[in-house]
Amino acid sequence: MSDRPIVSVKDIRKSFGAVEVLKGVSFDVAKGEVVCIIGPSGSGKSTILRCINGLIPIDGGSIRVADFQVEKLTADRDVIALRKEVSIVFQQYNLYPHKTALANIMMAPIHVLKEDPKEAEARAVALLAKVRLQDKAGSYPGELSGGQQQRVAIARALAMRPEIILFDEVTAALDPETVKEVLVTIRELADEGLTCILVTHEMGFAREVADHMYFTDGGVIVEHGPPAEFFARPKHERTRAFLSQIL
Amino acid sequence: MNSAPGRPHGTAPQGWRPLPGGTDLPVLMPAAERLVRRVERERLIGNPVLRLEPWHGGLLLLVFLCAAGYVQAQAGADRPSIVDVIWRWTPLLAKGFAFNIAISALAMAIGTTFGIFLGLAQLSRAKPVASTAWFATHFFRNAPWLVLLFYCMFLLPFKVTLFGVTIPLPDWVKATFGLSLPVMANMSEIVRGAVQSIPSGQWESARSFAFTRRQTTWMIILPQCTKRMLPPWMNLYSILTVGTVLVSVVGVSEVMTLAGDALASENRADLLMPFYFYILAWFFLYCYPIARWTVYLERKYAVDF
Repeated sequence: MSDRPIVSVKDIRKSFGAVEVLKGVSFDVAKGEVVCIIGPSGSGKSTILRCINGLIPIDGGSIRVADFQVEKLTADRDVIALRKEVSIVFQQYNLYPHKTALANIMMAPIHVLKEDPKEAEARAVALLAKVRLQDKAGSYPGELSGGQQQRVAIARALAMRPEIILFDEVTAALDPETVKEVLVTIRELADEGLTCILVTHEMGFAREVADHMYFTDGGVIVEHGPPAEFFARPKHERTRAFLSQIL
Repeated sequence: MNSAPGRPHGTAPQGWRPLPGGTDLPVLMPAAERLVRRVERERLIGNPVLRLEPWHGGLLLLVFLCAAGYVQAQAGADRPSIVDVIWRWTPLLAKGFAFNIAISALAMAIGTTFGIFLGLAQLSRAKPVASTAWFATHFFRNAPWLVLLFYCMFLLPFKVTLFGVTIPLPDWVKATFGLSLPVMANMSEIVRGAVQSIPSGQWESARSFAFTRRQTTWMIILPQCTKRMLPPWMNLYSILTVGTVLVSVVGVSEVMTLAGDALASENRADLLMPFYFYILAWFFLYCYPIARWTVYLERKYAVDF
């Protein structure tokens, strides 16, 4: 029971119209593991993440997250319960621009989890302190820099007390200096034992933090392995070609 | 040696591109850019375009004064002057105009409220609801306002009995309701357009936090829409205010009716133009500041979330 993987993806398929984006992807993620998915654009990395938390329904295969069979969930109550387990942080932050940073973090716990507003506020303040933005509580997203917005987005994801966090190319829209501040935050979360699934182009970060690496291309997982082996001795030609471009 | 160009005199050098506006003289660029912008705007609005400048208003006023003076001179000296007559009738016209404003405010309030719900219904996931809302919106949007007014005057009862209480429906109430129908339809389109212009990332992020569709719409999407709905909404109000004079055709007594009554009682042909020009001026003085404010708001909220 305790060594059952927390996320189990089996042979998922997804087509958008005539384009088949996922052609049978399978992998498992153990509890507390940090997993990085890399690959060229259009290989289906973001789609995999969105399928895991149920944003995109799959055409075939199965996904199990904790005790939920994601593709079989229909009732609102179950979907809410699933989204309490899994939170996602987007590349474009997607903060609510008409609310302050603190309000952004508090909204979901108060209106979805029905927590007490005072408790939710106290927790939101603590989370802002955790991402080192305690003095930006009253600022609107438009007044924050990209890296600060992304950290508020991470705090917002943490407010739901998830077991698993998905990061969808969160540093891709940031300049190299601000990338560092976000990566430090993610690293702290990984050290605390949160299960993280990252889609990223930051190879250096992936090598440091990941427990397991996956390389996707053309809707399938071409290769996977522990980072040391993955980067030093990639087995497939395609992986080698991709890694040689970036490293 | 290479100072003389190898091309014939009077032709442009290779790689030369005209500056925006088709000019090649930098000193002409501001004027050229203004011209280009005006052409773009007219292309979007369509021809013909009324290129009104403030000095046009001044010229019209001058023409009006001259004409009024001329007509005054032609009339006998035994009759009161046009200005005196207009001034004497002003309190009554003011009451009529206030009634027009009241009708416009009421019709706007009713139309806006129902329009928001109709607009959201157009975006419903339930197909029958969405189709009905779509049909209602386009039907009332494309129907002539006067026809809708006539329908409301004849179809709505003159009194309603609810739980033993009889509520009379005077003409102006029916007319206000009739005017609120096209407002509702236009508001529905404004709301639909505003909601669809919100980036899909907002919907996605709300879904990932398990907000229900209703919560997402009311707490996250609509508050972001209010700013971008304001300029078309105010434009709609301007059009509605000017359109309230239609109710005089269906028998409601407002400023046009009163002006007609005043003219009939004065029985002077030389009063026709000044009277109606006077009412025109009142509407202009009310609507023009709203229009300018709309332009200001549009610019202020242009670069926005």
